[in-house]
Amino acid sequence: MNRRRLLPFVPMATLVLMLGPVLAGLWGTILPAFGQLSAAGLHGPSLDPFRMVFATPGIWQSIRLSVTTGLLSALLSLGIVILIFAGWSGTRSFRLLERLLSPFLAVPHAAAAFGLAFLIAPSGWIARLLSPWATGWGRPPDWLIVQDPWGLCMVAGLTLKEMPFLLLMTLAAVGQTDAIRSMAVAQALGYGRVSGWIKTVLPRVYPQIRLPVYVVLAYAMSVVDVAIILGPSTPAPLSVLIVRWMGDPDLALRLRAAAGALVQFGLVVMALGLWRMGEAAVGYFGSMWLYHGKRGRYDLVGRSFGLVLGGISALAILGGLVVLAVWSFAGFWGFPDLLPAELTLTNWTRHSAGIAQALTETALIASAATIISLVLALGCLEAEYRHGLRIGSRGLWLLYLPLVIPQTAFLPGLQTLMLGFGVTSGQGAVILAHVVFVLPYVFLSLGDPFRAWDAKMGVIAAALGAGPDRVLWAVRLPMLLRPVLTAVAVGIAVSVGQYLPTLLIGGGRVATLTTEAVALASGGDRRAIAVYGLMQTGAALIPFALALLVPALVWRNRRGLRHG
Amino acid sequence: MDKGLDLRGVTIAKGDRTLISINRQIGPGDVLTIMGPSGSGKSTLLAYLTGTLSTDFRASGQVWLDGHDITHAAPYRRRLGILFQDDLLFPHMSVGANLAFGLRPGGSRAERAARVDAALAEVGLDGFADRDPATLSGGQKARVALMRMLLSEPCALLLDEPFSRLDAELRVQVRDMVFAQAKARALPVLLVTHDAMDRDAAGGDVFLMDDVEAGPDRATARPPG
Repeated sequence: MNRRRLLPFVPMATLVLMLGPVLAGLWGTILPAFGQLSAAGLHGPSLDPFRMVFATPGIWQSIRLSVTTGLLSALLSLGIVILIFAGWSGTRSFRLLERLLSPFLAVPHAAAAFGLAFLIAPSGWIARLLSPWATGWGRPPDWLIVQDPWGLCMVAGLTLKEMPFLLLMTLAAVGQTDAIRSMAVAQALGYGRVSGWIKTVLPRVYPQIRLPVYVVLAYAMSVVDVAIILGPSTPAPLSVLIVRWMGDPDLALRLRAAAGALVQFGLVVMALGLWRMGEAAVGYFGSMWLYHGKRGRYDLVGRSFGLVLGGISALAILGGLVVLAVWSFAGFWGFPDLLPAELTLTNWTRHSAGIAQALTETALIASAATIISLVLALGCLEAEYRHGLRIGSRGLWLLYLPLVIPQTAFLPGLQTLMLGFGVTSGQGAVILAHVVFVLPYVFLSLGDPFRAWDAKMGVIAAALGAGPDRVLWAVRLPMLLRPVLTAVAVGIAVSVGQYLPTLLIGGGRVATLTTEAVALASGGDRRAIAVYGLMQTGAALIPFALALLVPALVWRNRRGLRHG
Repeated sequence: MDKGLDLRGVTIAKGDRTLISINRQIGPGDVLTIMGPSGSGKSTLLAYLTGTLSTDFRASGQVWLDGHDITHAAPYRRRLGILFQDDLLFPHMSVGANLAFGLRPGGSRAERAARVDAALAEVGLDGFADRDPATLSGGQKARVALMRMLLSEPCALLLDEPFSRLDAELRVQVRDMVFAQAKARALPVLLVTHDAMDRDAAGGDVFLMDDVEAGPDRATARPPG
């Protein structure tokens, strides 16, 4: 078939591939949640699955944990980002923080969580740093820091990981507002930095980062891998329970898992509603606050908080990666020694076969999912350019939908549905499941630079006799090499970090670096965890390095593209 | 066959407001200057002629080039060469590759390279083929853009204030070169400008745009194709 005739259908195909699994998964959750599971010979409708959920010991604690950890980490990461921007945008410290934090966007959640655990555990690096001279500890204290019953450690881990994401999204949004001049006016009127920014810039920036904030909230409420690593286990957050129920060989337990998934979905919807009401309340009281005209007396406090918390976050992720690296080469390492007694390659050689296999699987799935997503995203953008086929302002919502609907709500349903249809779970299915999450990020990353390309270049190329395809391949894509490669790197990082889709849709038979690393969490073999965590980080970060390096090399003699 | 560029009752409107209505013929080697304040819809006319008019506009009439009706032809089949205010050299290609991009297909690699070199020599840029366009001066870029367009063997020339970015001395130089090349190739030229000196240098027919108030110029918002 002619590609030119194919192009107009790409946006529709993209929507189907991206939202189809989400909707099918929700459908596949609703049926068993009400007792209907033909594969197990069960027929509804009945409310027994929900009764089973609420009869689980400690279920209310699990539910409370999901809500509190989600809301708290979303509030914290948003708050810190606001303080960093309000207190420091335009300064050297800000650029430093931005540069320190942005690469951490790519660090997989599991690796960041392991790193944090290795830092703050009773036998972690911080305790070693202070022992025995300050603490007097000759051996690790018997404290439950990691996996604390309140989920605070989990909140810390999620905040660390979500902050860089919100920071970058805010950075893009601030670029579209008249922030610098607004701040100049506010400061000339006697407002401090923080109050000036919050009063004049934030009201315009927030609507643009609202969707990313919702993503953070929904994600934090339903995350599984970070919860397994840092969250409490008795009782565990609801999402972990659902996955445990899904893994049970007894098919009847699937009903309970599906009902749990629906409860999770309802919780996220309620939390989003609560957040929305919070936005309205903040807006209402904020406008009164604006009218008061107070110039802000706590400027310095706010600024310091922002810088300190931002700095701690950056150091925590960085320190976590360093301590992972040390553990991966550690021989005997007694407490409270700051460094291992000996460094060795044994840990790496011992796991080399497993790593090679997991790395191959990870790379294959990530490249396939990213290539599919890139082709679809480019197809959509090019269709928009050639045929004016914009998905519309609601398009952005659709793009965010797979990110806002909790994974734990629709992936179990998708798996059950596949089971019902006799579709074998495996690599291909995992790749398609990854596309659901990779595609939105690839699209978001590529959209702005693609649309910002000077369309006059296309006019002049056409006037020189180049058809639309030649304009795309010979002019537009080469000029956009850097953003295209960045989008590829983003896609690979997202795919590498996926835990739940790989686990559930792979039926437990697809072993990537992430699933292997998280599976090690309960065993407590720190050296193995360190090796897998580092590999996972490398697999996500190296594509970013290449995305910077390749255009710099290819266009080393093209000054016009150096800052493009 | 009628040589030249023929605008037959071309009318472009946005909503209820007519932006331009023109009925002119430009013979081979002749220049038609369209004068008007910025934002008066001059670029809208050029976007219409190149086939890249945004769908926000309504256009009627016909455009004939050398005896062919090109009103509805695809932008890349119209054979209308255009020069903009900005040189718009492709930043990822060398100077030589920019010219080769414009050069009509055909010929061996060596033949094409020879034609590119000859074109560069014609405008005093011998040996510039491997240079990065970003390292050229404004005048050099303008000359490369001109030759790139001429190598595509257009049948008419559209000039969208192509001299306004150049300083006074360079401006005269480049302008003379463009008009001389057009004359030598007997190309009809449509010049859009708000500068009286450009008009005087062109020396041909003049079409004055009404000082109609016009909205933001989004004429080239739609892509070619």
